[in-house]
Amino acid sequence: MEFFRIRKDIPFMRYALLFNIISIATFVLAVGALAFKGLNLGVEFTGGTVMEVNYSASADIPRIRETLEEAGFEDAVVQSFGSSQTVLIRMPTRPDVSGARLSEEVITALRNDNPGVELRRVDFVGAQVGEELVEKGAMALLVVSLGIVAYLALRFEWKFGVAAILANLHDIVIILGFFAFFQWEFSLPVLAAVLAVLGYSVNESVVVFDRIRENFRKMRKASVREVINNAITRTMSRTIITHGSTQLMVLSILIFGGEALFYFALALTIGILFGIYSSIFVASPLVLWLGVTREDLLRPEKKTEEAVV
Amino acid sequence: MNRYPAWKNLMIVVILIIGFVYTIPNFFGESPAVQVSPARATTVIDAALLARSNDILETANLAVEAAYLDPNGIKFRFADTDTQLRAKDVLQRELGDGYVIALNLLTNSPRWLAAINALPMYLGLDLRGGVHFLLQVDMEAALDKATDRYVQDMRQFMRSEGIRYARISREGQSVRVRFREAGIRDEAIPVLDREMPDLLIKSSDAGGEFRIVATLRPEVETRIREFALQQNITTLRNRVNELGVAEPIVQQSGLDRVVVQLPGVQDTAKAKDILGRTASLEVRLVDEEKMDPANLEAARNGQVPFGVELLYDREGIPYLLKRDIILTGDRISDAQPGFAQDTGEPAVHLNLDGRGAAVFQQVTRDNVGRRIAMILVEKGKAEVVTAPVVRTEIPGGRVQISGQMTVTEARDTALLLRAGALAAPMEIVEERTVGPSLGADNIERGLRSTWMGFAALAIFIALYYAMFGVVSVIALCVNMMLLVALLSMLQATLTLPGIAAVALTLGMAIDANVLINERIREELRNGTTPQAAITAGYERAWGTILDSNITTLIAALALFSFGTGPIRGFAVVHSLGIITSMFSAVIVSRALINYLYGSRRKVEKLPIGNTDWYKRQPDA
Repeated sequence: MEFFRIRKDIPFMRYALLFNIISIATFVLAVGALAFKGLNLGVEFTGGTVMEVNYSASADIPRIRETLEEAGFEDAVVQSFGSSQTVLIRMPTRPDVSGARLSEEVITALRNDNPGVELRRVDFVGAQVGEELVEKGAMALLVVSLGIVAYLALRFEWKFGVAAILANLHDIVIILGFFAFFQWEFSLPVLAAVLAVLGYSVNESVVVFDRIRENFRKMRKASVREVINNAITRTMSRTIITHGSTQLMVLSILIFGGEALFYFALALTIGILFGIYSSIFVASPLVLWLGVTREDLLRPEKKTEEAVV
Repeated sequence: MNRYPAWKNLMIVVILIIGFVYTIPNFFGESPAVQVSPARATTVIDAALLARSNDILETANLAVEAAYLDPNGIKFRFADTDTQLRAKDVLQRELGDGYVIALNLLTNSPRWLAAINALPMYLGLDLRGGVHFLLQVDMEAALDKATDRYVQDMRQFMRSEGIRYARISREGQSVRVRFREAGIRDEAIPVLDREMPDLLIKSSDAGGEFRIVATLRPEVETRIREFALQQNITTLRNRVNELGVAEPIVQQSGLDRVVVQLPGVQDTAKAKDILGRTASLEVRLVDEEKMDPANLEAARNGQVPFGVELLYDREGIPYLLKRDIILTGDRISDAQPGFAQDTGEPAVHLNLDGRGAAVFQQVTRDNVGRRIAMILVEKGKAEVVTAPVVRTEIPGGRVQISGQMTVTEARDTALLLRAGALAAPMEIVEERTVGPSLGADNIERGLRSTWMGFAALAIFIALYYAMFGVVSVIALCVNMMLLVALLSMLQATLTLPGIAAVALTLGMAIDANVLINERIREELRNGTTPQAAITAGYERAWGTILDSNITTLIAALALFSFGTGPIRGFAVVHSLGIITSMFSAVIVSRALINYLYGSRRKVEKLPIGNTDWYKRQPDA
C-alpha cells in the first residue's frame, strides 16, 4: 500500500507567498481572539475551587444552584460534566473563607439537600499558587523555544533555528487562539499538550531541514528553491503517515479518555494539524526568505585544516 | 549482508529480558494488605515485631498469604478484604498505640520479583484516589516570633548588665532600643554586639532620640526559615502517622512549602483537622516527696494522691507530677542532639527564650536534686518525654539534658521536644482530592484509550508497510514494554496525564519507523538492491531521528523542570518514552530485519509495500 505516488517535485515554493498570507491571516485572527476574548484559564492558574460531584440519579442542576445560593454561595457556577449525573461546581477564591474549608461547606450543604451525592474531586488552588503557575508556564514556553533554536542553530544554522521556532510558535498561537475563541478551558494538561506540540512539530521541520541539507550535498546544480521543493516532496509521505499515526492515538484519547483528557487531546489535534501545515508551508519559505545558501550548511573542509596548522 | 555482531544481538536480548522482568509485576494485580508502621520515629520495626505480629494473626486464626519486612514497616497480604479488616482490628488491639495499622494494597507478584526490586508502577493520587495538600509556612510569622525572642533576650540582658535604656520594642523584624543619652547608647553597642552575635546592631538617631536598630543577620534569618520548615515537616509527619495512611508523603516543596499526600484518604475534613491541630509541650516538676512505691502503687490502682497527676513515659515508667505548668513548648526555641560539654556523653541541648530562661533559672535554683519532666500533650494524651535531674541552677536558658542516653535516644528526644508544636503557622494553599471511583474511572479510561489507539495504529502500520510494518509494530510493543519497565524500576509516579503521555509517546515513536521504512522504499524505487536499501534506509534515517527526538526531549525536560504534580508525570513518561523509542525503533527493529532478511544471499523483493509502480510507468 502506498498513498503518495508522486514522481515530480511539487513546486511548493511557488505558492509560498500565498501560504504565508493565509498563515498571517490565521495568526492575526488567533491573536485577536486572545486579545479580545482572552484564555479561559483553569482553576490551576486563576486560583479558586472546582468540585466534581456525582449523583446516583440524574442531577437537578437548577436545584443544586438554589441549594448553593441558599447556603450563601451565590458566586458558584454549576454545570453538568460529561454525564447527566456528574456536576461541576466552580467557585472563585474568597477572602473571608479559607479555600480548604469552602469545599467542605459546599459538600455539607449539598448532602443536606440530597444524601446521595458523592464527592469525586476537589481542586482548590490559592491565588498565589495560580500566579506562580502562570509564571512557570510562560517560563517553560520560553526555555523550550530558546533550547530548540539553540539546538537547531548548532546542528544546522541559525536561519533554520529561527524559521523552525517561528513556524512552531505560530502553531502555538493558533492553538491558544482556538482556546480563546471557543472559550475552552485552558488547564494544566492543555499547557502540557501545547509544550508537547512545540517539541513535536519541530520534529516535522527537522525532518524537512535534514532533507534540505542532504539535497544541497546531492543536487549540486539545483537552485535553493528546487532543493527545498524536492525535500518537501520526498518527505511528504512520511509527514502524512507519521502525523496520521500520532493522530490515531490522540483521537483515541479524545474519544475514550474522558473529560479529564478531552481538552488535552483537542489541543494536540489542533497542534498536529497545524504542525503539518506550518512545517511545509511556513518553516521552509521562511528559510528561503532568510536567504539560506549552500555554503551555510556545507562548510568548506579547508577551514579545519587551517585551524590545525 | 545485514548482520549485527553477536555482542549486539546479545545486548538486545539481555535488555529485553530485563525489560520483561521489570514489566511483569504490573500484571499480577493487587491483594488487600495490612501495613504496620511505627507511630513515632523512635519505634523500631524489626524481625521480633514481625514474629510477634505473626503470632497475633495466627492466634486469631487469620491466614496470611505473605509477610514482608521493609524499612517502612511490616506488610501482611491477605486473600480477601474481610480477613484484611479483621487482621487490622486484631493488630491494632494487640500492638497498641505505638504503631500505625493501615489498610493497603500489595502486589501479588512472586517474592523473587520483589527481591530484585521489580515492583509495579506507583500510581498517582488521581489514579488511586486520595488527598494532596500544599501547605504554605508563614515565614514572616516565624521571623516575627524569633525577633520577639530577641527583644526579650535583649531586655533581660540590658537589665542584668545595668544598661539604662528608655524603651525596647519590635518594629517589623527589627529590634529598636531607645536611649536618653548618646553616651549610654555608644557604650551599649559593643557590649550588645558581643553578646548577641545573631544580630546586626547599628545606631540610628532620629527626632532627637538616640536609637539602636538590631536586625537579624541574613544567615540567621536563613537558619530560622530552615528550622521552621524542618520542624513543621517533622510535626506533620508525626500527625500524618495518626491518620493510619499506608504510604503518606510529607516533603519540602520550594523554600517555604510542604507537600502532604495521603493516598486512599477520603475523609478530608478529618485530615485537615489533624494537620492543623496544635500539640503542646509542658514542663512540670516531679513531686519527689510523693514518689514512693506505696503512692505509685496506689496511683496505678486509681488512687492518685491529691495535687499530683500520674503520667507514664514511653517505657511505661510512672511519674507523679505536680499540676503547675512551669513552661510551655513555645518557650523552647530549639532542641538539638549533641554531646555534653564536660563528659562528652550524648545529650540534648535546649534553648529557651528570654522569659523561659528567667523562669527556668528560678525553678532550677529552688529545685536542685529534683527532677523536671518534659511532657508532650497531643490528642489530649500526655506522655513524659524525659525527666532529668536538676544538677545546678541553670541561667541563660541553655539547658543540657544528659546521662544514660545513647546517641539515638538523644536524637529522638530532641525530635520529640521539637515535634510538639509547629514553628510557624501553616495555611493550605492547594488541595486536590480525588475520590476512589474517579480514580478507578481514570485508570480505565486511560488504559482503554491507550489500547484502542495502539490497536488502530498497529493495524494501519502493518497494512501500510507489510512485513516491515509488522516489524515496526513489534518494535513499538518493545517500546511500550521498556517504558513500563523503566517507570516501574524508577518507581516514578504514574498519573492520568502520564498514561496519556504513554499513548502520545507511542504515537510519536512510530515516526522513527515511518522514517526508516519510507527511506527504504525510496532507495528501492531508485533501484538500489534490497540489502543495500535496508542499510541505506537505516543509516540515512538515523540522523533525522536523532535530531527530531532531541528537540522533543528539550520540550519534555523543560516541562519536567517547570511543571508540578500531574504535569511532571506527563513529562517523565514523555522523556523516558523518547529515550526507549530510539532503542526499540532503531536497534530492535534493525535486529529483527537482519534476522529475517540480513543473512539471505538473495532477496528478490522486500515486503514493504508495492514500490514497483515507480518503474512501471516511466515519466510521460
